[in-house]
Amino acid sequence: MDKNGLIIRLQDISFAYSGGTEVFDRLRLSFHKGDRMGLVGPNGSGKTTLFHIIMGLLKPTAGKIEIFGKPVKEEKDFREVRQRIGLLFQDADDQLFSPTVLEDVAFGPLNQGKSQGEAKAIARKTLKALGFAGFEDRLTYKLSGGEKRLVSLATVLAMEPEVLLLDEPTTGLDEATGRRFVEILKGLGLSYILVSHNIDLLMETTNRIASLVNGRLSLDEESVPHTHLHTHKYGRHSHDHGRI
Amino acid sequence: MLAELVGGDSRIHRLDPRVKIVIVSLFSVLVAVLNRFVVLTSALALGLFIVLLSGIPMKVLVRRLAPLNLFILFLWFFLPFSYEGEPLFSVGPLVATREGVLYAARISIKSNAIMVLLIALVASTSVFALGHALGALRVPAKIVYLLFFTLRYTHVIHQEYLRLMNAMKVRGFRPGTDMHTYKTFAYLVGMLLVRSLDRAERVRKAMLCRGFTGKLQSLSTFSIKGLDVVSLIVMLTLIGTLGLLEWTKMV
Repeated sequence: MDKNGLIIRLQDISFAYSGGTEVFDRLRLSFHKGDRMGLVGPNGSGKTTLFHIIMGLLKPTAGKIEIFGKPVKEEKDFREVRQRIGLLFQDADDQLFSPTVLEDVAFGPLNQGKSQGEAKAIARKTLKALGFAGFEDRLTYKLSGGEKRLVSLATVLAMEPEVLLLDEPTTGLDEATGRRFVEILKGLGLSYILVSHNIDLLMETTNRIASLVNGRLSLDEESVPHTHLHTHKYGRHSHDHGRI
Repeated sequence: MLAELVGGDSRIHRLDPRVKIVIVSLFSVLVAVLNRFVVLTSALALGLFIVLLSGIPMKVLVRRLAPLNLFILFLWFFLPFSYEGEPLFSVGPLVATREGVLYAARISIKSNAIMVLLIALVASTSVFALGHALGALRVPAKIVYLLFFTLRYTHVIHQEYLRLMNAMKVRGFRPGTDMHTYKTFAYLVGMLLVRSLDRAERVRKAMLCRGFTGKLQSLSTFSIKGLDVVSLIVMLTLIGTLGLLEWTKMV
């Protein structure tokens, strides 16, 4: 790393699915330590694909990837990347594959070479930190949607990553659980890239927002003063939509 | 469905799953090659004794044995009449032979004896412990993972099936015996297969992201206790005795 804390650097990445549809066209991205970046883009614009390329799950057709100051190309380069960058999948059922919660959270640490005892301790600690103490022996497939999402986050955090890639983490969560997720995320103090369609969420949790348009990233940094004209019930009373 | 049997706490439950797997495998192989009735019935009695010891409710046991015996019932319709030998009785033009009846009886006892012990094993061990025990017994990790994934994702795929089925129902689909129904069901099955394949790919990726290298990871530790050693010795002796009875014809 580590010029100026540069963590992820994508240079002129192009990618097309085997069907031929081009997703990225010479995409560039620089992500630094401490960055909290929001990522927006229409459905199918390649937000998930971008994450998969960073994690080495998909290979770009052209371009260079540098992560933690080192070029990464082969599967074995990405193995190290995966120890330090955690990806939270969109569908928690993809992430939680072990029968019990404890086994799933301990899976990452075990792969990192921790002993059974250490892995168990880490898993317990992580669950406790997220408010899931007592969930250790619950069956993963019997958890509710919100519980699944937060336990998935625990499985990623148990590996103590330096960066999180979060793929629509609050989609499908109810208000309270979404709130809980945001509070946890803010409390972690990690760098992350967060994909979401919810601009309010991004404004609260990130310090810059990039959008994926036509296969490239563009940063929309300009502040535009604006007012909303909108109608709803009880609008006559003074209110602030929960934001101060 | 899979969890319903596991419960209770008997001596059999507390046995090391590896010991149980070894015993059941040896027993099954031996019983499969047995021929003499006196030995076969002893094996069945032994199996029944163990299954009772594991404290499985009679009702569950009967329900578990029912499908097997339904199948065997069909054998009884055919086997006695399709074997050459000493005629026993006849139904119309069909003649049942003594050899045929004995053969059917042998199959019935054999399969029930093996099944009863398998039930005792599965009923007294959580499937996850079973998987890890198989791993500990050096069964290839691929097979153990296959078992785990089947367990974990049967539920997810079933949910997906219900969702698709509901989506069909809310648009007025009612199964009948026509081309439309067959085509719809074919689409349903096809869609489930495609989705499962996609999901498998995503699960694999999620595992890779967490450093998966193909090695079986487990949090269960097994330890052989006194009870395990005793059970193993007793059972090996009994299985050995059955073998001796079969081949030396002492009784």
